[in-house]
Amino acid sequence: MLGRMDATGVIDVAGLHRHYCGGGRGFEAVRGVSFSVRRGELFALLGTNGAGKTSLLEVVEGLAPATSGTVRVLGRDPHSERRAVRPRVGIVLQDSGFPPELTVMEMARMWAGTLTAPRPVGETLDMVDLGHRARVGVHQLSGGERRRLDLALALLGRPDVLFLDEPTSGLDPAARQGVWRLLRDLLDGGATILLSTHHMDEAESLADRLAIMHRGRVVRTGTPAEIVSGQAARISFGWPPGVVPPLPVLPGGVTVEPARGGVVLRTRDLQLTVAALLEWANHHDLRLHHFTARPASLQETFLALAESGGDHHDEEWVR
Amino acid sequence: MTTTARTVPAALQCLRGSARRIGALSRAEALLLRRNPMALLTALGTPIVGVALLNALPPSGSVPLPGAGIAVTLTAFALLFPLYYNLVTTLVARREELVLKRLRSSECSDAEILIGAGAPAMTIAWGQATVGVVAATTVLGMALPVNPVLVIVAVLLGTVVFVLLAAVSTAVTRTVEMAQLSTLPVVVVSMVLGGLFPPDMLPGPLPWVAELLPLTQVVDLMWLGLTGTTRDSPGDGESLSGIVAAFLVLGAWVVAGVLARRRLMRWEPRK
Repeated sequence: MLGRMDATGVIDVAGLHRHYCGGGRGFEAVRGVSFSVRRGELFALLGTNGAGKTSLLEVVEGLAPATSGTVRVLGRDPHSERRAVRPRVGIVLQDSGFPPELTVMEMARMWAGTLTAPRPVGETLDMVDLGHRARVGVHQLSGGERRRLDLALALLGRPDVLFLDEPTSGLDPAARQGVWRLLRDLLDGGATILLSTHHMDEAESLADRLAIMHRGRVVRTGTPAEIVSGQAARISFGWPPGVVPPLPVLPGGVTVEPARGGVVLRTRDLQLTVAALLEWANHHDLRLHHFTARPASLQETFLALAESGGDHHDEEWVR
Repeated sequence: MTTTARTVPAALQCLRGSARRIGALSRAEALLLRRNPMALLTALGTPIVGVALLNALPPSGSVPLPGAGIAVTLTAFALLFPLYYNLVTTLVARREELVLKRLRSSECSDAEILIGAGAPAMTIAWGQATVGVVAATTVLGMALPVNPVLVIVAVLLGTVVFVLLAAVSTAVTRTVEMAQLSTLPVVVVSMVLGGLFPPDMLPGPLPWVAELLPLTQVVDLMWLGLTGTTRDSPGDGESLSGIVAAFLVLGAWVVAGVLARRRLMRWEPRK
């Protein structure tokens, strides 16, 4: 996957702040975010609702100015140099609409008319599997179909850079897989993608690198493997009936938390810990109920961050 | 030299791109207008009804040329209803449907979005102005316009001002239905003071206030362009100063409109 990328910074964000006025003192939605996306890379922004992903994306897309900090897309300021940047980018907003009285084809033709070098409309609708719905009124589309039309419009201009704000929200699993395949093809074709999502599997499956946002800041950044590597794996089981000998000291830097009717272990070395644990159980002839062992995942890491974020000051989050 | 040679095609290309984007938006907007019979009826019918009603009023005595009067009145109504009112409802509808937000993520500039959305309304308004002038000369016995360029410039300037006023009015219009209320100030003040009634019919300081309103100036310029006289039939010298004053007033409205639009118009619904 790394073969398609090169070191050229296509999107560069440095020290970005976005402040909303109004409501007393106002509100700072983005608080000093920096990251860079290379050519051919898919960079995912993860975060809870209200983490600042959309506020950040809107600035990078050029829809709003930064309060402070700098943003460069293809070497230019996407807000003040909108005219130069827009012909080379495609945008799927978190929510944007269609005039309900237009058909899918009419909407796509209208959009194509605003573009410098559009793809053929029919071909683009086929890319998102909407070709058969071309004559249908936009108001008759399902939520998932509307989302795919959003994506089709973003692809119409043959963009070098795609900004996708939760592009698969509302899609069924099959349609989501279809969109993932399409995005992989676009990446293979040299596109650069900045995508926000709160589906961990989406980020895990697609992202070359990602950033986890919380309360306007980036609290983790790296490849999915790097982000997960700092996180402990998880083992859980229920105690068998009767008297159970105490757990031995297990290898792998294990922490033990009691759970209802059982125990949850967290370890840095899943294989070592599981081997020692099962050896102990076999030795005492114990059957561990609902025994599960799973490696650290993005989901686990994200949940751990979200939980600790609720209890700690933001500064303690940043590693 | 080289710079000039390169700049001109670049500027031309820029204009061509602009025209293409506006064309795409206006074609879609025209389709939407055709599919909305109520809006189409309001746009096409209101000026005709307005002229018929005004014509039914007893003559004020100061309108010497009824043909020109009807052409000007029809144009004034066309600027107010098919253009201003219709564009407020269109922009609010597109804003609430999140279409304006989508368009702002496109290659279109803000001005192109406004012109594209307003193009069908402008076409109807200009069509009605043309029908008014043609009807006045062919049926109502008005002589050919003495200065057609002035008439065209007046209508174009009026169009710019009322498109900007429509964009600004969307800031106080939360829903399409609310447009009936939020457009009333502009419509009523324009109708009463803005040139539909001759200034000598207005009491107190109102004629002076009327002179500062855009529709009054469009109406005065049209009278001058169509007949060579204003409604008060002044001499030529006064006509020239009248034209300059009209351009100054309309220019000020354009500048104020551009600034207010930038500051007040929202492109997406209030959250």
